[in-house]
Amino acid sequence: MPDAPGLELIAQEINAAHDGTVIETAHERGTATLIVDSERVLEALRWLRDTPEHEYRFLASVHAADYLPGEPRFGVHYELLNMPRVERVSVKALLADPASPSPATSSASPAGVSGGGSNGVGTLVLPEIDSCVELFPTADYQEREAYDFFGIRFRGHPDLRRILMPEDYVGWPLRRDFPIGGEPVLFTHNEAETPHWYE
Amino acid sequence: MADEIKIPMAESGIDAGAEDPSLAVVERTAAEAAERAGTDEQVMTINMGPHHPATHGVLRLVVSLEGERVLDVRPIVGYVHTGIEKSCEDKSYWKVIPFVERMDYLSYFFQMEAFCGCVERLLELEVPDRARYLRVIHMELNRIHSHLVWLGTTALDLGAISMFWYCFRERDRILDLFEMSTGQRMHTRYFQVGGVFEDIPAGFAGKVRDFCEEMPERVDQYEALLDRNEIFLHRTKGVGIVPRERVLELGVTGPLLRAAGEPWDLRKVSDYLPYGDFDFQIPVGTVGDGYDRYRVRLQEIRESVRIIAQAIDGLPEGPFIADDRKVVLPPRDELGTSMEALIHHFKLVTEGFRVPPSELYNPIESPRGELGCFVVADGSAKPARVHFRDPSFVNLQLLPEMCRGGLIADLIQNLGMLDPILGGIDR
Amino acid sequence: MRERQLRARDLLRGDLEGVELEEYVEQSVLTTRLESMQAWARANSIMPLTFGLACCAIEFMSMVTARHDLARFGAEALRASPRQADMLVLSGRLSIKMAPVVRRLYDQMLEPKWVISMGACSSSGGMFANYAVVQGADKMMPIDIHVPGCPPRPEALLHGFNKLQKKIRGNPDLGWRQRYNAIGTEEWARVEPGSPSAEALAAAKRFSELEPYEPGVSSSTAAGEQD
Repeated sequence: MPDAPGLELIAQEINAAHDGTVIETAHERGTATLIVDSERVLEALRWLRDTPEHEYRFLASVHAADYLPGEPRFGVHYELLNMPRVERVSVKALLADPASPSPATSSASPAGVSGGGSNGVGTLVLPEIDSCVELFPTADYQEREAYDFFGIRFRGHPDLRRILMPEDYVGWPLRRDFPIGGEPVLFTHNEAETPHWYE
Repeated sequence: MADEIKIPMAESGIDAGAEDPSLAVVERTAAEAAERAGTDEQVMTINMGPHHPATHGVLRLVVSLEGERVLDVRPIVGYVHTGIEKSCEDKSYWKVIPFVERMDYLSYFFQMEAFCGCVERLLELEVPDRARYLRVIHMELNRIHSHLVWLGTTALDLGAISMFWYCFRERDRILDLFEMSTGQRMHTRYFQVGGVFEDIPAGFAGKVRDFCEEMPERVDQYEALLDRNEIFLHRTKGVGIVPRERVLELGVTGPLLRAAGEPWDLRKVSDYLPYGDFDFQIPVGTVGDGYDRYRVRLQEIRESVRIIAQAIDGLPEGPFIADDRKVVLPPRDELGTSMEALIHHFKLVTEGFRVPPSELYNPIESPRGELGCFVVADGSAKPARVHFRDPSFVNLQLLPEMCRGGLIADLIQNLGMLDPILGGIDR
Repeated sequence: MRERQLRARDLLRGDLEGVELEEYVEQSVLTTRLESMQAWARANSIMPLTFGLACCAIEFMSMVTARHDLARFGAEALRASPRQADMLVLSGRLSIKMAPVVRRLYDQMLEPKWVISMGACSSSGGMFANYAVVQGADKMMPIDIHVPGCPPRPEALLHGFNKLQKKIRGNPDLGWRQRYNAIGTEEWARVEPGSPSAEALAAAKRFSELEPYEPGVSSSTAAGEQD
């Protein structure tokens, strides 16, 4: 990974090219992280991929995390790799949940739209971020997985639909407020609630 | 809440009212493929469903065919989705280890290493050398085991049924070794945060050396069966070639990338384990067809045998797990004498150790490619998020590229050479 | 040997009579009921479906291979089509997306058919008590044998397979609940269903005579208890 001064340099150069993209840098435990504005993710990724000295051309992973009860709630992480120099850089974009009662106070502006759809049924308000499939085709399945589990909509993704859950599943399973499911373990003291379970 | 179901599907063009939503995928695949081919011929869409004799696990492929030519392949996954990542958020860190090892069920030691390595980096905990060498030995044995199962099942798909029996004969020997050192054949939960669970028993080193002596000639036997077999050559040579740049763009790693000509192996470039102490080579292919992928994996078995032989000879003495009592269970003989050890044991077993709030992505080289573990720690005894970047999941995006334009029989071969493990894809 | 040949020649000539004829018949003819013979034949020629979901499938495969040979029990012919198979081995975790597919496979199999639920995940959901795994395949299809383990050793699966064969032949092993007349989660044997056993009564009496625990009261005053 680039060392701490190198990371600061990268952040400054990105901000010089596209102002206001990198909000913060973090360099700890051997990893280098750039925290970027969620509306400018594509610019940051394109800069990292195309600039001659920093050709992070390999996207190892796109994944999301739910930081409830922290704000902003969702984080989308991009793990970039420069193969010739064996350097890794993480790019992190934080998204607020537009459906929450008190909108986020972070710098990432929530872009929740009401998904009117052709049936005009209900409003599904999902956090949105640009899809990086044109920059890195490997993000195809991984962004679909983030959508499937967290409900993060990737604008511009060619085929955003559920990948691991059944196609008609309701809910975003890996959000922290989604119940884990399953059944309670039967003991003698609670087996009366499930009569004749042994048959 | 029930209304929300309509919106995502309507956006992606699937009719939510349809009886079987996945049928709509099938129809759309057919329409798109016909459009792309620009053909008036009847495009036949067949569904190689989750249960099929040739799929490795429950992979569903919707294949658009024009005669026997494949126009498009669309994989549908999720049939063995187990919610492992969600379950992990509910368990303390050491209880997560049995969960994550069941993801990619042929490379269980690698998943354990990815997770334990990630937590060790988060805790900044130093693993003793003996434990690192033991981890290398078990992981390389697991790599051989995974490649043997791959070879047996792929040859079975291609019709060379005898290979299945020979490969599983060796696989049983490896599982005997695992049983000797860890007590369990598969899913051993041998790696713990800080080292390994137990030291190897007496006689293990001898048995491993015997195995290392016999394995190369067994690989010779496999090569004698398949290397110059005319049917095998016809089926694999020149089939499924994807240019190296496209393979890199799709994020493919592991033997598939190496067969396409890119010499990239995380064992050589990262220092997550002391691979630098061993002398081994990385097999790299030239053309990137099915035959290259087969040769790369077979050669990797040989190189892994070399690594194991060097590791077992150079196994350093010392503790097999770290000393930090806040993270690692104290040895049992101390529990009778030391009150502190008892308290540590109690806290670790009931609550578990706490990890300071931070997050980390830890990649390692598994038999299928780059296996990365991403852990978000929030200061409590349970991880807030565990995500695995599974190599098979990303490599699956290569399948349509490999199969387009080929025959349907080549699709079976490509699927075999891709080595997908649905447990890892679906998690 | 020569004697047998002479006797067979006599039989064919019609020269054997009376006791000799009866003895000959007893020694060379096997009598049984048709159902028993049919059951014996079915048990020894099971055709499993090549069906694997997850990790248990690998151990199932290794049961089929040379070391723990399944072929010696007659189940060598693994069939890929459910129309041709008669045993389904649910090897692996059953996710909610796969459940209708498995049910359809089961329905496509022809009678008589049997199901072995291999491993903890298909028997009861295993370690995965979450939204994505069916907590036990017997919620949606009849299961004949459950084999515990995660994954069960091939020898364990063979043991389960042998139990299935016994079941097919008509003398199934009793489950422990039938053997001990237990109900639900109770582990005490009952003499007859509905009445507790003598040990259970004695244990209940002992527990009812214990003093309730008061924090701060010294345990020496409650001395004399058995445990």
